[in-house]
Amino acid sequence: METVPKPGSNVPPKKDRLQAKKKKPRRYWEQETTGTAAGASPGPPHKRKRSRELRPQKPKRNDTSKKFRISKKPRELKSPGPQRTFSGAQDPFAGPAPVSVEVVRKYCRIDKSKELPHAKTKTRSRLAVAEAQEEETSVRAARSELLLAEEPGFLEGEDGEDTAKIRQADIVEAVDIASAAKHFDLNLRQFGPYRLNYSRTGRHLAFGGRRGHVAALDWVTKKLMCEINVMEAVRDIRFLHSEALLAVAQNRWLHIYDNQGIELHCIRRCDRVTRLEFLPFHFLLATASETGFLTYLDVSVGKIVAALNARAGRLSVMTQNPYNAVIHLGHSNGTVSLWSPAMKEPLVKILCHRGGVRAVAVDSTGMHMATSGLDHQLKLFDLRGTFQPLSTRTLPQGAGHLAFSQRGLLAAGMGDVVNIWAGQGKASPPSLEQPYLTHRLSGHVHGLQFCPYEDVLGVGHSGGITSMLVPGAAEPNFDGLESNPYRSRKQRQEWEVKALLEKVPAELICLDPRALAEVDVISLEQAKKERAERLGYDPDTRAPFQPKPKQKGRSSTASLVKRKRKVMDQEHRDKVRQSLEQQPQKQEKAKPTGARPSALDRFVR
Amino acid sequence: MKVKMLSRNPDHYVRETKLDLHRVPRNYDPTLHPFEVPREYIRALNATKLERVFAKPFLASLDGHRDGVNCLAKNPKSLATVLSGACDGEVKIWNLTKRKCIRTIQAHEGFVRGICTRFCGTSFFTVGDDKTVKQWKMDGPSCGEEEEPLHTILGKTVYTGIDHHWREAVFATCGQQVDIWDEQRTNPICSMTWGFDSISSVKFNPIETFLLGSCASDRNIVLYDMRQATPLKKVILDMRTNTICWNPMEAFIFTAANEDYNLYTFDMRALDTPVMVHMDHVSAVLDVDYSPTGREFVSASFDKSIRIFPVDKSRSREVYHTKRMQHVICVKWTADSKYIMSGSDEMNIRLWKANASEKLGVLTSREKAATDYNQKLKEKFQHHPHIKRISRHRHLPKSIYSQIQEQRIMKEARRRKELNRIKHSKPGSVQMVSEKKKHIVAVVK
Repeated sequence: METVPKPGSNVPPKKDRLQAKKKKPRRYWEQETTGTAAGASPGPPHKRKRSRELRPQKPKRNDTSKKFRISKKPRELKSPGPQRTFSGAQDPFAGPAPVSVEVVRKYCRIDKSKELPHAKTKTRSRLAVAEAQEEETSVRAARSELLLAEEPGFLEGEDGEDTAKIRQADIVEAVDIASAAKHFDLNLRQFGPYRLNYSRTGRHLAFGGRRGHVAALDWVTKKLMCEINVMEAVRDIRFLHSEALLAVAQNRWLHIYDNQGIELHCIRRCDRVTRLEFLPFHFLLATASETGFLTYLDVSVGKIVAALNARAGRLSVMTQNPYNAVIHLGHSNGTVSLWSPAMKEPLVKILCHRGGVRAVAVDSTGMHMATSGLDHQLKLFDLRGTFQPLSTRTLPQGAGHLAFSQRGLLAAGMGDVVNIWAGQGKASPPSLEQPYLTHRLSGHVHGLQFCPYEDVLGVGHSGGITSMLVPGAAEPNFDGLESNPYRSRKQRQEWEVKALLEKVPAELICLDPRALAEVDVISLEQAKKERAERLGYDPDTRAPFQPKPKQKGRSSTASLVKRKRKVMDQEHRDKVRQSLEQQPQKQEKAKPTGARPSALDRFVR
Repeated sequence: MKVKMLSRNPDHYVRETKLDLHRVPRNYDPTLHPFEVPREYIRALNATKLERVFAKPFLASLDGHRDGVNCLAKNPKSLATVLSGACDGEVKIWNLTKRKCIRTIQAHEGFVRGICTRFCGTSFFTVGDDKTVKQWKMDGPSCGEEEEPLHTILGKTVYTGIDHHWREAVFATCGQQVDIWDEQRTNPICSMTWGFDSISSVKFNPIETFLLGSCASDRNIVLYDMRQATPLKKVILDMRTNTICWNPMEAFIFTAANEDYNLYTFDMRALDTPVMVHMDHVSAVLDVDYSPTGREFVSASFDKSIRIFPVDKSRSREVYHTKRMQHVICVKWTADSKYIMSGSDEMNIRLWKANASEKLGVLTSREKAATDYNQKLKEKFQHHPHIKRISRHRHLPKSIYSQIQEQRIMKEARRRKELNRIKHSKPGSVQMVSEKKKHIVAVVK
C-alpha cells in the first residue's frame, strides 16, 4: 500500500516562543505606525491586543500551507527565530521553509564518510568547501520539493478490505472522468499476442502483434499515428529516443519505421531479434537475438557499437537497468548476466533460478531486480553489490512477464492474470506477501509495461491491448526539461538537439554510473610511484625536521640537538601509539580457542 | 475504498497563448535525472571544445609609432586611455574604444625610458635618454598653445625608469641610484644606492605605499622604505631581473621578470625562497604586470610571446603570439581586468582579451547562466585526461615549440647528471636542491 503524506503531522508555528521573546527597543517610526493602525492611544498593551486580533488569521494561513509544510520527522534543518518588521507584524513562517533530513539525504551526492588517503592540506580544504557547497545545494533541492504541484495517487481499502479484491470496474467508477478514460481495451483477436511499448514521455503507445500488425497512437487522445501490417511476425517493438521513430523486431531483420509507418531502415546486421531495449541517454538500441548475440546499435550514427556473444544459446529475456544502462540477460540455465558494450565478458553473472529464467525486471533506482523462472519462483534481488535475493515467493503458475513502475510497484503477468505488488515507498522493494491489485484478462499476457508519469499499466495479450488503472504507480511530477508529456513539436525538436549533444558514449556504461566523478586512487598511486622513480626521490615525503635558528645566544648546538631529538621522540611516540592501536586485534586472533590454558600456549605465535 | 488517480489538468502544463513562454515544471529528484555524472562529463567536454573554438584573443593592433614601443602606462581614471613611449622619443596617447591615437608628443631625444601617470590622472611623467624628467598634462594643449611640458627637470645622469607614488605628490626615478622626488622641487628628496650599478626599474607598492622595489643589473632586487634614507634589503639572483611588479591585493608579494627565462614570485618577508617559480618562457622575460584581481599576471618575453600565469601555478595558463609580433618589450593589464596590452619591437601596441574565449559585450542573463554553468563544469572535470588534453593544447610558433623541446632535453640532462652525482658520492654529501632554492644566490639585509 502506498503511503500518503499526512498533513496532520505538521509542526505548529512557534508562536509561544515568540511571545516569550524579549522585546526590541522601540523606534519612533514603529510607534507611529502602531499608533495609526491601532487607534488613538498608542502603547505596548495595545500592540499586544492588535497581535491577538490578528491571530485568527494565522491558523487560516496555516491551513492553506498545510500540504506544503510537510516534515515527517522532528529533525529539521535551519529554522531560525522569526524576525520583526517595521510595521511590528511578525512573520509567522519566518526563515527558510523547514526541510526534513531524510529528504535532504535523497539529494546528497557526496559520501562524506570516505576520506582521501594522503590528501594534502590544500586539497582537504578544497574538499571541505566542495562538501559545504554540496550540502547547500542538496538542502535547496530538498526545499524545492515544496513547489511540486502533483501528489501521487493511492488506493486504500476500508478497514480489513483487501485492495487486491477491488476490480478495475470499481476503480473506473470511483475516479474522475479523465482518469476513467485511461482504462480501455483494444480487442484485436485476429493478430495474435501483442507486445507494447510506451514512449519515454508516456504520451505515445506502440504495439505489434505476432501476425504483423503494428500500430502507434497517442493513447491519451486516442489519436492513431500509424497502423500497418508488416506481413511478418513481430517479435518486439520499441520507441527510439522520441515518438517519431519505431524499432520493430521482425521475423528476419530489424526494421525502423517513422511515426507515419514508413520504413526508414532495414538493419540486416541484426537478424532474428527476439527482444529490443533502447538506452535513451546513449542512443543505443540493444538487441538480443536467437543466435545468441547481444548487439548494440548506435541509432544516432547508425553504427553497430558492439556485438557480444553471450554463449548461452537463444536469448529471449532481456531488460535494461535504467540507473546504469547495463543490460540484463536471462538465460535458460537459470543465470542472469549483466552486460556493458565496453566488455566482451559479462560484468556479473547471477545464478537466480533452478530452471531457466523467464522474465527479468529492474526498478528505476537500479537497486532491485525481480526475476521469475521456470521453477515458478519470483525473486527480488539486491543489485547494490551483494546480488543476494531479498525475498522469494512461489507463484502457482510462475510469472512470464515482469515490470517495475516508476514508484517501485512490481507487476507480473501469469497466464491471463496480472498481479501487482507494492512496497512501502519509492526506494523500498515491493513486498511479495499480499498483492496490491490483480486483474484477469481475456487472453494470455505477452507484454507488460507501466506507463511513465501516468497511473496506468499497459498489458499486451493474445486478445489485444488492455490499459489498466494502477493508482500510485507513476511519478506524479515530471521534469519539463527531461521528458515532458505536454511538450510541443518545437520543444521536442529542441530537446532532441540537446539530448544528441550530450549523448553519453557507450564506453562509459558500467555498474556504477558515478564512477567517473570519483578519485582514481589506483592510477594516482601509480603515477606517484613513477614520478618518484623518475625524479630519484619522492617530492611528497616530508623533509627531516631542521630546527630554525633562534635568537642570539639561544641557538647553541646543544639546544638545537635537543629540539631535534624532541621532535624525533614525538614522532616515534606517535608511531608506537598507532601500532599499539592495531595490535590488540592481532593478539585476540592469536589467543588459543581452548577453554583451559595449556602449558604449551607460550609457544603459540 | 479510497482511491485517487494521478490526473493532471493540461492547462497547468501548457502555455495559454502562443505569446507566452512554455511552462517547464522542474523536479530535481535524482531518479528522474539518471546518468548525471556521465552527462555532465560530456557537457564539460563540449564546453571545453567550444572554449578552444572560440579562443580568439587578439582584438586590435594600434599602429602609429615610428620606432619600437618601449614603455606603456595606464590612466588610473580612464579605462580607454593608454599612453605609450617609443624608442624615438615619441609619446602617444591612445583611445582604446576608438582604437586611435589622440595625441602625439615628441617628448625626448633618444629613447623614452619610462612613463607613468599621476594618481589623479591629470598629468603624466616621462623620462628619457636625454637625462630629463618631464611632466605633461593629460589633456592636449588648447588652441594656439604649444605642446610643452608642465615641468622639466634636468638631471645629471640617464634615468631608466620612473614610477609615481599611489597617493602623494611624490615620484621615484632610477638610473645610477633611486631618487625620490617631490613634484614641486627640482632636486630629489633623497637618493638611495646599494652598490654601484644601473638600476633598470623601480616600482611603488600600491598598498604599503612607502615601499619601493627596484632591480639592478648586478642581478639583485632591492627593497626600500621611502621614510628611511637607506635601503631595506636585497636578494641576489642567478641572473639579472628586468622588472618587478607588486601584487595589487597582497602587499608583501611581488613578481620579478628575470633574464633566465623565469619569473619569481617573492614574499617580501622571506626573500630566501621564492613563493613560486614560473617557468614557460623560452627567452628572457622583459616585463610583467599584475591583473587588478591579484590572482594572475601577464609577462612579456623576448621570445615574441606573452604569457598569463596564475599566481600560485608555476606553469602559464595561456600564451599569446602572432606572426608579426616581435620581441615584446612592455605589457600592461587593464584596470577592468578584461584586456591586456602589449607593446613590441615592431612599433605596434596590441590589445588582447585576458580570457581568450570570453564573449565581449552585454550578455543576456541566460547567456551568463550558461557560461557560468560551463565554467563550473570545466572546473569540475578539469583533471580528466581527455578534457585536460584539449584545454591545455596551444598552437605555438615553430621557434618557440622547438626551443621548448630543446630546453626540456637540456633540463633532463642536467637533472640526470645531478642524480648521477648524488648516486656516486658519499650518501648525504650532495643534496638535491629544489628549483626554488636553486636560483637564489644570497639575501642581504
